[in-house]
Amino acid sequence: MKLGKALLVSAFLTAVVLPASAQDNFITVASTTSTQDSGLFGHILPLFKARTGIDVKVIAQGTGQALDTARRGDADVVFVHARAAEEKFLAEGFGVKRFDVMYNDFVLIGPKNDPAQLAGGQDVVAALRRLYEKTQPFVSRGDKSGTHQAELDLWKVAGLDPAATKPSWYREIGQGMGAALNTASAMGAYVLADRGTWLGFKNKEALKIVVEGDRRMFNQYGIMLVNPAKHSHVKAQLGQTFVNWIVSQEGQDAIRSYKIMGEQLFFPNATATTL
Amino acid sequence: MDATSAFSLILERDPALFAIVGLSLWVSLSATLLAGALGAGLGSAVALTRFPGRQGVVVVLNALMGLPPVVVGLLVYLALSRSGPLGQFGILFTPTAMIIAQTILIVPIIAALTRQVMEDLWGEYADELNAMGVTPWRRMRVLLWDARFSLVTILLAGFGRAAAEVGAVMIVGGNIDGFTRVMTTTIALETSKGNLPLAMGLGVILLTIVVAVNSLAWAVRAWAERHAG
Repeated sequence: MKLGKALLVSAFLTAVVLPASAQDNFITVASTTSTQDSGLFGHILPLFKARTGIDVKVIAQGTGQALDTARRGDADVVFVHARAAEEKFLAEGFGVKRFDVMYNDFVLIGPKNDPAQLAGGQDVVAALRRLYEKTQPFVSRGDKSGTHQAELDLWKVAGLDPAATKPSWYREIGQGMGAALNTASAMGAYVLADRGTWLGFKNKEALKIVVEGDRRMFNQYGIMLVNPAKHSHVKAQLGQTFVNWIVSQEGQDAIRSYKIMGEQLFFPNATATTL
Repeated sequence: MDATSAFSLILERDPALFAIVGLSLWVSLSATLLAGALGAGLGSAVALTRFPGRQGVVVVLNALMGLPPVVVGLLVYLALSRSGPLGQFGILFTPTAMIIAQTILIVPIIAALTRQVMEDLWGEYADELNAMGVTPWRRMRVLLWDARFSLVTILLAGFGRAAAEVGAVMIVGGNIDGFTRVMTTTIALETSKGNLPLAMGLGVILLTIVVAVNSLAWAVRAWAERHAG
């Protein structure tokens, strides 16, 4: 009985104390499912760790949720892709300064047999109008992620708003990019995806890219240190080290060198405009 | 891909997998022990005492067995977040947070089942124990000892629930690679990457572990029953 109690107490103490003592040399980064699911972090974080000795703990969420996590003070750095939401975050004072990091693009994915006959097109807005007219099944992320926002913006350009009228062919699943692709695959639906996740995605059999190369499908990623003035426990120095490394030549080269089957996933552009 | 290739995928998959399995066991077993202590105490107390509103407590305990993991996760998240009441400890996104969440999730299960077992036993032994005039504290210890084999099954029910859930640990742990990633969150992640054979293989491993833990508990119980005379 006594031994059992002692074990319990020591187990609990270990659980509580261990993370606290290992606390010093890591940062928490709230980022998006696309950067994790595509395998980018698995490629660049070991390089960063080798250079600086800093561990990076990544919480992969949709952009909206990642920014909220940071607003609550539960992350040191945010690394996301929804320009308008990032600027709002900055304006509220939660971010210190935003840096462009890299871009890739969105692609419209559809079933292999392509019932709406969109394949080969380069005009995403025309493609969406066609899906709307033909009431083809379309999977929407529906989770306030960067990709969801991009999709809504494209519908807006098309002058349509299925998210408001909710026709039965428009299916909001409220899940991550990978889950959306799995769902589209299972129900023969069209879906907007970021190219990185698409390239890293393993369950492609029933799907293919139908529209790509429209400049309106540009997808910019940005990085920000969470403002220590808002949350005093933010690891400003370590976090800034990560931000600086990501936008440095070395970090940009690391991003450039990440490839799947010879195809580059993300195109670094940190030296371009910063906010 | 078939099951064999799923397994070879897993075996090729390095020590990281062992760390994930180890963390799953550590988190869920810790939660089971903590919840066992809290839940068995609470359940016995409710079974062996009479107070106003007791029926209500019993109903609530039974109802909370169906507590959705994602709700527990959200509550613990809000409490442990830097902006929450316990934010200063900085334990959100750590294994500690996951243990806390799973403990809260399974305390009602262990408490409700213990309450039922103890109440049934009390029905059997009430006259004897009353005649002997034992103190309530001692009464509880005698009955708990008598119920020990049922308690093992109750603990296993709690462990099964903890090891199987993904909603709570995903929210409060954050599924951080090499730190808070457990079996269930790995399965969710691999599914979202479209890596369905690997996800399925991991599911089989998780099932195997749960069966192993149950077999072990069963063996211990059988051994103890033989030697208890």
